Amino acid sequence: MGESSAKIETRELDAYFGSNKAVKGIDIKVKANHATAIIGPSGCGKSTFIRCLNRMHEVVPGTRVTGEVLLEGEDIYSRGTNPVDVRRRVGMIFQKPNPFPNASIFDNVAYGLRMNGIRDKAFIQEQVERSLKQAALWDEVKDNLDASGVSISGGQQQRLCIARAMAIEPEVLLMDEPCSALDPIATSKIEDLIFDLKNDYTVIIVTHNMQQAARVADWTAFMYLGELIEFNKTKRLFENPEEELTERYITGRFG
Amino acid sequence: MNNDEGGPNDPVHNGWNPPSAKLDGLRETLNHLILTSDGRFQLFCGALAFSAVAIFAWVVGYLIEGAFPVLDSMGYKFFTGSTWSFDQGIFGALPFIGGTLYTSAVAMMIAVPISVGIAIFISEIAPKWIGTPLGFLVEMLAAVPSVVFGIWGIFTLRGFMRDQVEPFLQGSLGFLPFFEGRTFGIDKLSAAVILAIMIIPTISAISRDALKAVPTSQKEAALALGATRYEMVGTIALSYARSGIFGAAVLGLGRAVGETMAVTMVIGNVNSFSWSLLDPGQTLSSLIAANWWEAPSGTVQQSALIGVGLVLFVLMLAINVVGRILLSRVTKVGRVRVE
Repeated sequence: MGESSAKIETRELDAYFGSNKAVKGIDIKVKANHATAIIGPSGCGKSTFIRCLNRMHEVVPGTRVTGEVLLEGEDIYSRGTNPVDVRRRVGMIFQKPNPFPNASIFDNVAYGLRMNGIRDKAFIQEQVERSLKQAALWDEVKDNLDASGVSISGGQQQRLCIARAMAIEPEVLLMDEPCSALDPIATSKIEDLIFDLKNDYTVIIVTHNMQQAARVADWTAFMYLGELIEFNKTKRLFENPEEELTERYITGRFG
Repeated sequence: MNNDEGGPNDPVHNGWNPPSAKLDGLRETLNHLILTSDGRFQLFCGALAFSAVAIFAWVVGYLIEGAFPVLDSMGYKFFTGSTWSFDQGIFGALPFIGGTLYTSAVAMMIAVPISVGIAIFISEIAPKWIGTPLGFLVEMLAAVPSVVFGIWGIFTLRGFMRDQVEPFLQGSLGFLPFFEGRTFGIDKLSAAVILAIMIIPTISAISRDALKAVPTSQKEAALALGATRYEMVGTIALSYARSGIFGAAVLGLGRAVGETMAVTMVIGNVNSFSWSLLDPGQTLSSLIAANWWEAPSGTVQQSALIGVGLVLFVLMLAINVVGRILLSRVTKVGRVRVE
């Protein structure tokens, strides 16, 4: 893949809840191995937008997506594309940590592998350890892998969810306000993690926290009322925005 | 009645109360309960609550008193004996305990998988416009009176069992002791099938609610990891809802064990136990219903039937208690692992 080609590209992407259009005609090109932040006021459609990128939007009854989402040039909404395959390539971290409470820490991380039909115990073992290390959680839980996935703190749970998502080696990691339920210390750990992850993954992070976007993202998109207002290098967007709406939002003159 | 909350007579105003102070306290409590409208309301609601306890005690007392003559003459053999003869005055209830447990167990084997399947279909698979009416329809099965199921069982189910199901079972599984004998259609298998139909509404409705209560975040976590809907239900939703489904099964079992009318009509009323589902049999409740009018008042025969009622009551109590204990353990396991 060349330098200029996009990992994920959307074309005329619309998303609906019933008759309510939550995402309106978004065209965006997200570069591989970069972190891209999506900011905007509550209800601007940013969460809905990233849920379209791994076909999770359609899981909610009564929803609909039109337009194209190209993952390495291929439309994930084309006929014959199995959403299950898309989700294996495009992982997702949710707003609230959602480890499986009836499964151990180990089984939480191994879940995706097992769902992919992997039965090789040594490989699963290796992959679980690698993912937990990558999520900077290994040292904290390595003696306690049989404990329940919800026996650890909220910040650890969110890192467990990140490890769980990474265990199946997705190409893209979508994060939907991953720190909104966490305290500042846990938040800074997750941010450090995102900073490391973007070397190996394409990370798209929705956040309502502009400082967070500025800290972790190379590129930032600003959405308002379902539309993409501006998409630029993070530094540029925050220091010298092209659109007046963006300027008003990042300076807090809008609410 | 003890009113130790918020009254002006809280007995803990200082460390030691002289007897007269205690009496004063009691008087104040009584005054509060009788003279104030709030107190009378508390008294009234308390009386209503305790009336349930009183009725429970009344029924149990009647059963024990009524069963006394037969327990006196039969001793423990009333529970362990397998001969039941009105004419000879020998009363051993074991065949009916066996018949009750056996038909209920078979009914559970039929009803639980079907009910869980219905629950999964309604909560996870069907679109709302199919799921809602379907759920309503299944629950309507519970509104069919027992005697109507009995009539249907005699005139419709019986022929189907005798001509289709039982010859098939005998043809394919006839080497098992459970499918020996003549195919007649009035037997334990028909009773179990009717019981299963009668408990499916209960089990499927509660299981459906348990599955609907699985947090969306849990289901989405599984789906986002590339699980199919089928894998998500099998690994995450059922695991999350298992205590609710288990509770549903226990409630269904409770209903199956006590169910009387429809069973009485199709089980064949034979006072002995056999392992073959194709043989007629008798349950505790069907024995009472089928023989009550032949047992003159005040005789040991009547006492024997009351004794069977007592056994049935104890059995249902045991199922409910064991069910609740198991249920709390199922949920506790989750909790222990949470710590």
